Amino acid sequence: MIEAMSLTKRYGDKVAVDDLSFSVEPGKITGFLGPNGAGKTTTMRLILGLDRPTKGTVTVHGKDFRRLAHPMREVGALLDAKAVHGGRSAYNHLLCLAQTNNLPARRVGEVLELVGLTEVAKKRSKGFSLGMGQRLGIAGALLGDPAILMFDEPVNGLDPEGILWIRNLMKALAAEGRTVFVSSHLMSEMENTADHLLVIGRGRLIADCTVAEFIARNSVQTVRVRTPQADALRSAVALAGGHVADAADGSFVVQGLAPDQIGDLAFERGIRLHELAQAHASLEQAFMELTASSVEFHAHADIDGSGSGTGAAQPVTTGEVL
Amino acid sequence: MATTTQLPGSSAPALRSAPSGRAGFLGALRSEFTKIRSVRSTYWTLIALVVVTIGIGALACVGAVSRGSDVRGPGFDATQRSLAGLILGQLIITVLGALTVTSEYSTGMIRTSLTVQPRRGTLLAAKGVVFTLVSLVTGLVASFVSFFIGQAILSSKHLDVSLGDPNVLRAVIGGGLFLAVCGMLAFGLGTLLRHTAGAITASIGLLFVLFVLINFLPSSWQNHVDKWIPFNAGSQIWSTVAPQGNPPMFSPWTGFAVFTAYAVIAIAAGAFVFLKRDA
Repeated sequence: MIEAMSLTKRYGDKVAVDDLSFSVEPGKITGFLGPNGAGKTTTMRLILGLDRPTKGTVTVHGKDFRRLAHPMREVGALLDAKAVHGGRSAYNHLLCLAQTNNLPARRVGEVLELVGLTEVAKKRSKGFSLGMGQRLGIAGALLGDPAILMFDEPVNGLDPEGILWIRNLMKALAAEGRTVFVSSHLMSEMENTADHLLVIGRGRLIADCTVAEFIARNSVQTVRVRTPQADALRSAVALAGGHVADAADGSFVVQGLAPDQIGDLAFERGIRLHELAQAHASLEQAFMELTASSVEFHAHADIDGSGSGTGAAQPVTTGEVL
Repeated sequence: MATTTQLPGSSAPALRSAPSGRAGFLGALRSEFTKIRSVRSTYWTLIALVVVTIGIGALACVGAVSRGSDVRGPGFDATQRSLAGLILGQLIITVLGALTVTSEYSTGMIRTSLTVQPRRGTLLAAKGVVFTLVSLVTGLVASFVSFFIGQAILSSKHLDVSLGDPNVLRAVIGGGLFLAVCGMLAFGLGTLLRHTAGAITASIGLLFVLFVLINFLPSSWQNHVDKWIPFNAGSQIWSTVAPQGNPPMFSPWTGFAVFTAYAVIAIAAGAFVFLKRDA
């Protein structure tokens, strides 16, 4: 259980974390989602006592992290896989960590086995690939068999196999009743792994809900329409209660009406349609628009066609045409 | 690389033994000892320290012998002559002293270290104790070996002294102490500056450059300032003969106390910053 109360961190006049209050519950994977620079890493550093909050508090099992008797038995953290001395062997790296918390040396061999690094245990970690470095970091986090695990962007730069391995690991850890707190800037990654979501943007909490709720709330169904008689259809759609937004390529996107309703409408008025397509809102886009501004939650309706690469049209979450 | 996709969590052997005590100083000491013995730079610097200290000391004694009995006089200090390598040895131990702390910052290891032991005072104290012990033991080895080799060389012209002669044992042990305190000074500066090159430069500046610069001061200033120069204060401990004439120097133990005070100030400043600043 991690609890933050009005957590705030300022670096000079830049606010990195702004009045965050949340709790991370055991037995599930809590995704910590936000664009790069949103304050995810800073929040994790505050939890671990690496940085001091400007204001507010954060506790682990009800205590300041610095007051935990055995930090490694309570929290295993992987903030940065490169935060090791590359001149030290994997075994010695883990041994020096284990010794601080009076963990038995045999535990080092066990976690090396768990992450599949036994064969390179005596090798200096500076020669490790990104994936191996990540496994070494995870081995360190698992050393104390902790109740809480914290991973900062654990799949960044990993190959698909490594990503799958980490996903399965996190699910297995949560299934054992542990608290798993994992950050990412990719909604798609969280869709696959997380149960609960904390979404932040510019240091502020903008959503605290289950993944299902987040999807329900943000995946707005829209319809993409292309017609040479745009003005006629526009007014027809508006009369029928739909919201219209222009897309850059001359088509427009309707929200609030189903494709068959729009088709019927066009037929009744003799409007020719060149395209009529159901578009599923991309969660990635919903997330980007949600985090684009931390004060103003209304998503913009301007669609620049750059897309999120998921093939779906962008959602129009409000009717305001800008 | 193993391509295992097993679920490590589910097969994790649980660590259910009851926690004993709390993650404290003893664990931190063992951890810091593992850290210092498990990187190659430690061995390279310590070997360089011993070899250079002994080598320069031996060379200084060969020089004395070649000039024969001219050097014999009230000012000749056979012990100090055999320990002349300490002048360069002090620079080498500063490298290790600085690296002990700064390598944690340059590699990012400090973030991992503070995540497993967030009580910063415990971490820094353990690091300091382990480094001081390692440098003291190495310093004593370098000092004693330098002394015996040097005296063996000097004995050809009967210029040698033995450990039983007045002040000699104190001076030879003092050589080891001197090196350890030089290292502590760099350790403190490393903690303060968090940067390897900066810490080494600052240490050498204090220990070496200052000692050279003082010669360019007007002599009326020198008389007041000279004995306070770190090297001048600290090096009295490894001489057996009080320096002749002006400017006046501290007595061995007073000088050593002044020298140690500089290191303590550096460590205190470093510790203050270490405890307060974000890692």
